[in-house]
Amino acid sequence: MEQLCYLGIRDIHEGLTQKQFSAVELVSSFFSHIHDFNPSLNAFITLTEKQALESAVKIDEKIARSHGLNLLEGVPYCLKDLFCTLGIQTTAGSKILEGFLPPYDATSVKRLKAAGGILLGKNTEDEFGHGSSSENTGFSVPRNPWDKKRVAGGSSGGSAVSVASGFSVFALGTDTGGSVRQPASLSGCVGLKPTYGRISRYGVIAMASSLDTVGILARSAEDVAFVLQILAGKDRYDSTLPDVSVPDYGAYLSQDVHGLKVGVPEEYFGEGLEDGVRKAVEQGIDVLKKLGMEVKPVHLPHTKYGVAAYYIICPSEVSANMARYDGIKYGSTAKDAETLMDVYLESRSRGFHPEVKRRIMIGTYALSSGYYDAYYLKAQKIRTLVKQDFEKAFEEVDILAAPVSPTVAFKIGEKTDNPLAMYLNDSLTIPANLAGICALSLPCGFSEGLPVGFQLLGPQFGEDRILQVAHAFQKVTDFHLQHP
Amino acid sequence: MMLTREQVLHIAQLARLKLSEDELVKYSSQLAGILEYIDVLNEVDTSNVEPTAQVTGLSNITDEDIIEKKTSRESLLSCSPLPVEQNQIMVKPVFE
Repeated sequence: MEQLCYLGIRDIHEGLTQKQFSAVELVSSFFSHIHDFNPSLNAFITLTEKQALESAVKIDEKIARSHGLNLLEGVPYCLKDLFCTLGIQTTAGSKILEGFLPPYDATSVKRLKAAGGILLGKNTEDEFGHGSSSENTGFSVPRNPWDKKRVAGGSSGGSAVSVASGFSVFALGTDTGGSVRQPASLSGCVGLKPTYGRISRYGVIAMASSLDTVGILARSAEDVAFVLQILAGKDRYDSTLPDVSVPDYGAYLSQDVHGLKVGVPEEYFGEGLEDGVRKAVEQGIDVLKKLGMEVKPVHLPHTKYGVAAYYIICPSEVSANMARYDGIKYGSTAKDAETLMDVYLESRSRGFHPEVKRRIMIGTYALSSGYYDAYYLKAQKIRTLVKQDFEKAFEEVDILAAPVSPTVAFKIGEKTDNPLAMYLNDSLTIPANLAGICALSLPCGFSEGLPVGFQLLGPQFGEDRILQVAHAFQKVTDFHLQHP
Repeated sequence: MMLTREQVLHIAQLARLKLSEDELVKYSSQLAGILEYIDVLNEVDTSNVEPTAQVTGLSNITDEDIIEKKTSRESLLSCSPLPVEQNQIMVKPVFE
């Protein structure tokens, strides 16, 4: 039944309603596939097998009573372990939250539950989302399904591995500086970072609040569109969601892409871009031309300042968000601490990964008395310039096409002692977060036997357009149909 | 730019982190490297640029103050790893 594990949402819906297989058979075959292959891939911190099978039984009962099913009913999915799940351990990949059982579901989780999706487990990740390789974790490091000596990407690494390896149909991750798009590119699946404010962040453990977005990973753009339809839109528990109507994403998919204008930002093809990645991305752009799109060069002149601005803004917000982990309110505590100050110092020092501490330190320094103007304010001004670059580009073109990661998946351990090299890995994904626009990573080829994705970027709330192009691309290519 | 040992210890104290000797040495050089890299921003003249704190364009979002008791006091208190007595989390004394 392994072939069930690579079905898309539409196929599963048909299979269940036409009784080709039952929900219990479906969920069981996923778990059997997970038990066979996950031990060498480490995609999960927690599996929710019992609950998943119980949900499947209920769906089979509904089918037996000849009630119709919603599109997502019975569809297996996973969550990065950053999403609060009622009564199910949520660690954010950190020892400091080990044992934390959230008293409520994140809004996205609630909406997926209501839509009938079946949660199979919670994925490994960089602690609190701090990283680009999923190696910064208090738990196990997920491995690239195409080469187990290499990283899966990060921070939503376990989620990308789950989708690419057929452990789930889709997964939710988070993207603060590229954490959905980069692992999607490195592990070989589609990853959408929606516009900031498109999907509620309520119940998603915060990293950098002005940059964090909930992202969707799946093997096809069509499946991403179906999930986005469920998640997008107002939530009274997240006041950062503008009241922008939610289009019918599915209806957009079949629209003609002929004549759309695609901008290729030259600054994304500079120094550090591997030849194999460049080649695959250029071939991807050629496919867009063949589909009748008009491709032209554009400029985003402040691209090269993105990483520096991000590594002030992100750690500053991190240092504020991480203050809540005090060894008192949730998770683990230093039981042997003698004074209140020791409870803070010991719980945080033992519980946080070195990368989390590093970011807290940078942010604390940048925000400390006397340094605010030189760092945080300066970075916020650069952020304005990066945002304006995109606004100008989108006056000329409908979407942008560019690489996601300058390299294919690197070896585990290769960059762990050089934080700056790790940060620079996100140089092509960070600008979209600074500007708050939407962007999607789409498989476009292979280099050295490893997957390569390219990025389609759209203006704020332009998800319909980039999904439409991604779907048209996948109809004439088969990169997304190749499995590790 | 280099950070002195005292500066790193001061930042760690502000951040409520206790650093080992190894971490102290490592972070001093790594933080200095990162700060040096960040200096690239000074190439850009931003004297006439407004800062961007957030990208939604929203301000002063209000909503009706409806009390929803969906989450019980017990379930919130049970998140704490410390003992709970009379609906209060027991912490170490704040004043000696």
